[in-house]
Amino acid sequence: MYSDFNWAIGGEAGDGINSTGKIFAQALSRAGRHVFTSKDFASRIRGGYTAYKIRTAVEPVESIVDRLDLLIALTPRTIDENLDDLHEGSVIVYDGERTTMQNVEIPDEMLGLDVPLKRLAEEAGGAIMRNVVALGAACEAAAFPIDNLDSALQKRFGDKGSAIVENNQTAARAGQDYVRDSYADREFGYDLECTDADYVLLNGDEAIGMGAIAGGCRFYAGYPITPATDVMEYLTGRIERWGGHVVQAEDELSAINIALGAARAGARAMTATSGPGIDLMTETFGLVATSETPLVICNVMRSGPSTGMPTKQEQGDLNAMLYGGHGEVPRFVLAPTTVAECFHRTVEAFNLAEKYQIPVYLTADLSLAVTEQTYDPDEFDMDAVEIARGRVVDEESVAEWQADDGKFKPHAVTEDGVSPRTIPGTSGGAHMTTGLEHDEFGRRTEDGGMRVEQVDKRARKVDTAREREAFEPREFGDPAADDLVLTWGSSEGAMREALELLDERGVSVRFLSVPYVYPRPDLTEAVAAADRVVVAECNATGQFADLVEYDTLTRVERINKYDGVRFAADELADAVAAALDDDTTTTEVHA
Amino acid sequence: MSSDVRFTDFKSDAQPTWCPGCGDFGTMNGMMKALASTGNHPDDTFIVAGIGCSGKIGTYMHSYALHGVHGRALPVGTGVKLANPDLEVMVAGGDGDGYSIGAGHFVHAVRRNVDMSYIVMDNRIYGLTKGQASPTSREDFETATTPEGPKQPPVNPMALALAAGGTFIAQSFSSDAQRHAEIVQEAIEHDGFGFVNVFSPCVTFNDVDTYEYFRDSLVDVEESDHDPTDRDDAKEAIFETGAEYQGVIYREDEAVSYTEQHGVDANMADIPDGAPDGATDLVREFY
Repeated sequence: MYSDFNWAIGGEAGDGINSTGKIFAQALSRAGRHVFTSKDFASRIRGGYTAYKIRTAVEPVESIVDRLDLLIALTPRTIDENLDDLHEGSVIVYDGERTTMQNVEIPDEMLGLDVPLKRLAEEAGGAIMRNVVALGAACEAAAFPIDNLDSALQKRFGDKGSAIVENNQTAARAGQDYVRDSYADREFGYDLECTDADYVLLNGDEAIGMGAIAGGCRFYAGYPITPATDVMEYLTGRIERWGGHVVQAEDELSAINIALGAARAGARAMTATSGPGIDLMTETFGLVATSETPLVICNVMRSGPSTGMPTKQEQGDLNAMLYGGHGEVPRFVLAPTTVAECFHRTVEAFNLAEKYQIPVYLTADLSLAVTEQTYDPDEFDMDAVEIARGRVVDEESVAEWQADDGKFKPHAVTEDGVSPRTIPGTSGGAHMTTGLEHDEFGRRTEDGGMRVEQVDKRARKVDTAREREAFEPREFGDPAADDLVLTWGSSEGAMREALELLDERGVSVRFLSVPYVYPRPDLTEAVAAADRVVVAECNATGQFADLVEYDTLTRVERINKYDGVRFAADELADAVAAALDDDTTTTEVHA
Repeated sequence: MSSDVRFTDFKSDAQPTWCPGCGDFGTMNGMMKALASTGNHPDDTFIVAGIGCSGKIGTYMHSYALHGVHGRALPVGTGVKLANPDLEVMVAGGDGDGYSIGAGHFVHAVRRNVDMSYIVMDNRIYGLTKGQASPTSREDFETATTPEGPKQPPVNPMALALAAGGTFIAQSFSSDAQRHAEIVQEAIEHDGFGFVNVFSPCVTFNDVDTYEYFRDSLVDVEESDHDPTDRDDAKEAIFETGAEYQGVIYREDEAVSYTEQHGVDANMADIPDGAPDGATDLVREFY
């Protein structure tokens, strides 16, 4: 018997899979259980296979695993897609009265629960509640108290009136009763224990949106793109409460320029997009950087290149963010490693952008964006949020930064590389800036001396940030272990769970999860101290591994996964064990 | 706003590198006069410029300003205005910037109707790259890249703006200093997107659309029975007559600007030094 329980509902896009899965995740969260969700989905409105998966336990869960205990299958394909993960004793809920499901064969070692979902839903008030009947059936099979589902249904349908809520609760009970009566002799062997804990349930895009508002962002401009759209949808209707605004631009070229304008006007501004949008924004990115405008550009990565696999996981844009654009200009790249980190690093991104007057790439990926995860609400402590605006000068202090004739110097060459900044409307602070190389006043220059001074000044901001900020990795595992594993971004959760699995096999490693790609922590000592170093990431070429080798002049072992699916804890444990076990330097992991 | 602002307060000490006689001198003078006469101050004014000869204008004027990338000046102006509606935002560009690389943004800026003005220095040529066809060049206008002319009809900016739901559509001539300044002033005062296409001749590369040509052919709508608040009059002027008009072609007095429609009125630069009051409600939503 495992301490965790893995649940899924699958069908065609348009079957209400997402919303049904979210309701069950909410019910589990309300029951004081930890939840970690993932989605299999296709970029279409109807048709195709889609599934919502939940891993739940009393202890925190941070990864998917290759094991499925209960599956609600609305289509035959749902069963086929999950055969590898289903096991002896797995429960499959299906509606044998549905035409397409009549000839479904449930493998002998599994427990098929044939529940007339549609018929029971119609009896409860409408066929649309078919999935909720299935949730009731799942509650019975998993020995999960149905009052938690009642509470989640209230949250989901409360604004549609009490009749709708009650109908759904009735439908859920019909499913529960049906299983109880028709499969009275079955022992399912699951028992989803409840606790008194209160958790919040949110995904990475929502955490970024919430972090943005907490961190003073008042302006967002974007163009819809999977998987970044949820950031925009989260902010819309919320940011206005604090006087902010969201603009849906005509394209990404416009989005970043609108955001740039807002930032020049003094607002903390952001845009969010994914790979194709990053490509379009790259020209203006150079302008943002050379005009020293504080701007947060959120890149929720998906599989590329070109349109790639738009609904699949990948960490393939690292080089595009680090090196994208012609010419040379510094930028920061932050890569939150968990859903909660999405909140904290977003707040930090806005502070860094203003303190160093620099564009900050805040990069999540599809896995983080769509994962709903439970946290103690104290994880998002608003009282702990601090806003630092950097060298903003007001009407009193502006004189320090003016030339003798009163002209303000927005690009003053300073020791720490950071110039003074006036918010438009500040008397005596009027100035222009430009994508042309410029002098301290923001005026075009082709003077070689000034060119060198400005390039060096912009570069010095990075040195200053390295001195003043704590760009530290997150440390896990055994700090004294011989071998070191490195990940960046969203692979942290899978690797943390893999540590436990490795430990069971007697393999002990040190694990550093890196949320700062540029400027990044100095890993030289950690790498030098290790016998072997393994870098695991979701891309084909090992873009982060390249950086580690460059920084430390040490060859590393690489684990690369680029089949469009995030690491599962168990497969990552296997891959790390294999990488430490032989002399190959690259391990490709495919589901 | 103080009434002692003179138009020269909007002038920087940088020496323009425009060719002697360039129409852009007159265009810029009219912009500065209009900004001063509408009571604006350089410290509360934001100029956005694109790329091309026209794009240099931010350098020659004194205000808060950004000289951006090619074709994206309108989105920048949009962001500035929405983040702080108290600022006077004026966007300037050329026919290439606005109707070629930036044509998509032009259409959407018009329909968005943000309260700002957009001054296009239309010389019907690419000057800074030394004389190639622009989107407003005549069909038979011969250049190095179009030896027999573009063989495409020129973009009609007035028509584009009207079709996109423009609420203030005007045309002026940089050499008619007084009328040009008046028209730009009206664009500033308009509650919404004030668009002025300015005939701003290129004396170096365009020997067709010259000062002389515009002087001879321009028709001022004020001298006809044109009613700028009548959409049908505007359609006729734009599509039927084939004349080169000066003046306000169309104006929707009841227009409601984007900021008003969407209730955008805060200076978003003002934020607390921690999470805003009530932010914990955002966490509670996730229970």
